[in-house]
Amino acid sequence: MRPHLLALLAKEPAHGYELKQALEQTFGSAYPSPNIGQIYVTLGRLEKDGLIRAVDVEQSNRPNKKVYYLTAKGRDALTAWVDEPTEGPRVRDEFFMKLVLAPLTGIADRMALISRQRRHYLSLMRDLNDLLVHIEPGDRVAILLIEGAMLHLQADLDWLERCQEDLA
Amino acid sequence: MNPVVKTVSLVKIYSGGAVPVPAVRGVDLQVEPGEFVAIMGPSGSGKSTLVHMLGGLDARTSGEIWLDDQRVDTLSESAWALLRRKKIGFMFQFFNLVANMTVADNVELPALLAGVSPKDARERREHLLGALNLSERADAAPGQLSGGEQQRVALARALANQPSVLLTDEPTGNLDSRNTRDVLRLLSDVHKEGQTIIMVTHDARVASLADRLVSLFDGEIVDDGRIARRRTGTAGAVIDLR
Repeated sequence: MRPHLLALLAKEPAHGYELKQALEQTFGSAYPSPNIGQIYVTLGRLEKDGLIRAVDVEQSNRPNKKVYYLTAKGRDALTAWVDEPTEGPRVRDEFFMKLVLAPLTGIADRMALISRQRRHYLSLMRDLNDLLVHIEPGDRVAILLIEGAMLHLQADLDWLERCQEDLA
Repeated sequence: MNPVVKTVSLVKIYSGGAVPVPAVRGVDLQVEPGEFVAIMGPSGSGKSTLVHMLGGLDARTSGEIWLDDQRVDTLSESAWALLRRKKIGFMFQFFNLVANMTVADNVELPALLAGVSPKDARERREHLLGALNLSERADAAPGQLSGGEQQRVALARALANQPSVLLTDEPTGNLDSRNTRDVLRLLSDVHKEGQTIIMVTHDARVASLADRLVSLFDGEIVDDGRIARRRTGTAGAVIDLR
């Protein structure tokens, strides 16, 4: 969550609760509902690392609130995050390790592993389909995220088929 | 309840070429009323051949095919053709609509061929075109419709006889994403109304609508099981963003 908060603070200084709202507004239902406690913990760590700094703002009848802003070091960290290439979600695949190693030990055969995995992927796909049906049409970010996940799953299924043809 | 479709040791060997090619090698399959079964497998695994045999479009080499408790593989070609018109709906990748007939006539045709009265055929057609949002296109020729609309017409036609089973092979094969979504919704709706569906597809989104997945490999069933319904929540709950 660190770079996400840095990005929001690069836009404008904010306190913890405003950051939670900004995440919700930006990502719609696509973000795993941001937990306010986790946001404060992350802000504390970013402050300790010198990536952000806080100023106390007085409030009438209430305790002071901390408004956070990005430091130069924080901006550098954010730029580095944006500029570095991003690993795809499936460069290292746990299932592939099972597929190669399990038959060696006689624990499972490949065809059974592939079949089970295929049904697992399809049930994930089914979830995504259900989500897409129930999503608000205006929730563009969430729709893109779901469509992306669907395309990944389709690729995973195509790849399972390749494994089946090759290893069976 | 008795199965809608049942096969026993079903085999298909193509013997036209120099070497006989086994396409389906002993398939035992049973589909219960209301089930939605997806059949997947690499190309050449026999999935299309299997579905074609179930619909009587391809003759079996050996084994049995049962439809609504009646053995059909031993029927004469004309007897099966008759039964097929009443009991089986087809929807394939290429819509096979009759080009010089209107949408309405395309949808009515199977019912008329099956011996339904013109009045009943018309009522059924009106109902289906309405349900598929095609009423306004009733008088158009198929060529004037978009791919998605043509596929909807093909579905209406397939359902015209209230078939015991809908057989479909790559129903979204050549559709863009919006039209694919329409076809997905339609299949899901008719399934909810109790339609038994057997579908061959490569498309995981389409396959995931089914309750059950049958995987074919080299002409044999290598897996047959439920597609579990897991959890539903927000996108964030399904997709790990970190």
